[in-house]
Amino acid sequence: MMKELLVILIASSLVNNVVLSQFLGLCPFLGVSKKTETATGMGVAVIFVITLASAVAGAIYQFILVPFDIAYLQTIVFILVIAALVQFVEMFLKKFIPALYQSLGVYLPLITTNCAVLGVALTNVQKNYGILTGVVNGFATAVGFTISIVILAGIREKLTYNDIPESFKGMPIVLVTAGLMAIAFCGFSGLL
Amino acid sequence: MNSAKERLVNGIVKENPTFVLMLGMCPTLAVTTSAINGLGMGLTTMVVLALSNVFISLLRGIIPDKVRIPAFIVIIASFVTMVELLLQGFIPFLYDALGIYIPLIVVNCIILGRAEAYAYKNPVIPSLFDGIGMGLGFSVALTCIGAVRELLGAGEIFGVHIMPESYVPVSIFIMAPGAFFVLATLTAIQNKVKIAGEKKGKDMSKIQSGCNSDCMNCSDSGCTHRLYDEKAGEGDKK
Repeated sequence: MMKELLVILIASSLVNNVVLSQFLGLCPFLGVSKKTETATGMGVAVIFVITLASAVAGAIYQFILVPFDIAYLQTIVFILVIAALVQFVEMFLKKFIPALYQSLGVYLPLITTNCAVLGVALTNVQKNYGILTGVVNGFATAVGFTISIVILAGIREKLTYNDIPESFKGMPIVLVTAGLMAIAFCGFSGLL
Repeated sequence: MNSAKERLVNGIVKENPTFVLMLGMCPTLAVTTSAINGLGMGLTTMVVLALSNVFISLLRGIIPDKVRIPAFIVIIASFVTMVELLLQGFIPFLYDALGIYIPLIVVNCIILGRAEAYAYKNPVIPSLFDGIGMGLGFSVALTCIGAVRELLGAGEIFGVHIMPESYVPVSIFIMAPGAFFVLATLTAIQNKVKIAGEKKGKDMSKIQSGCNSDCMNCSDSGCTHRLYDEKAGEGDKK
């Protein structure tokens, strides 16, 4: 059991990196990676939300959708649950843990656009993961997201000082960087 | 019929979601490993887009303004589920190839964007053609990107061998990094066209206007992140 979870942890965070090999959550990856500080904030918020969302979505799937034989409604149910959950987390943090809300609050509404959250919930179901395995998978995926967004932000901070051809300024050079990172991450495929 | 034609041209050329607006990048990168996958994804998205546009347009007088985005999402998710089941039943090879990206059509910003920007404000027939036009534009774009990647990465287009025998396929193009490089080239071309056009004094503001990739300062109400602000009824206070 432990070994299986460890394999999932490595596979989801490094080998099948959510952004660099599955292209989920590209918008925040490209949009919130100008500074390492904000990128870290976004990463932590994503870890928090995805872990929670995979637990909730897993529980709903296991205890409501399957017993009532309505598993085909998973897409609709998951997207609504995730939307409500993020909203709820935001209100909860605002009310009870203002310090955490101060640091994560701005990122929370952005996360709901993040297709990685829905992607993880659906992958967990597709691969027949139980709730615990699902949570581990969600956590690992989010850690993978955080690793790649922080690295990209670090590179982008240095990129500002470079002389880039006019038409490659802005998005294109960031995409080239992401592509090179994706090549580097291909190297992890030998890990398992 | 003029408005229908205008909508089709608008979706395919003037406001092409991929080549001009830069919307829906996740599926664009993920499924364009070959031309046929790109085409399949494009057409699937088109069906969902046309159906959801029609329904949202029909219900535009009924859906209250405050909860419109959650309502859109439920409508879109229902159609995605239907299309997913149909694909699973009738085109299983495409279902297997596209995998998790079919249910993820729900979060494709093109669909929500069109619902918000067009279908919610316009009658049924133009909305239908707007959906078909945008969907065709998306399909054309995905097929082109898929064809380029397939040609460079495997020497084939639609599975037919095209490149001469001596060509050694650059297989990186059908792997994940290739997607980033192809998109980087595409956006560089867009920038070039934009800069050249602006020098001549043309209005180039539409290019890359779909998403400026600056999520922190995004003010686009079609973008889903506003949904949760608005649901709490504090959308504009922030």
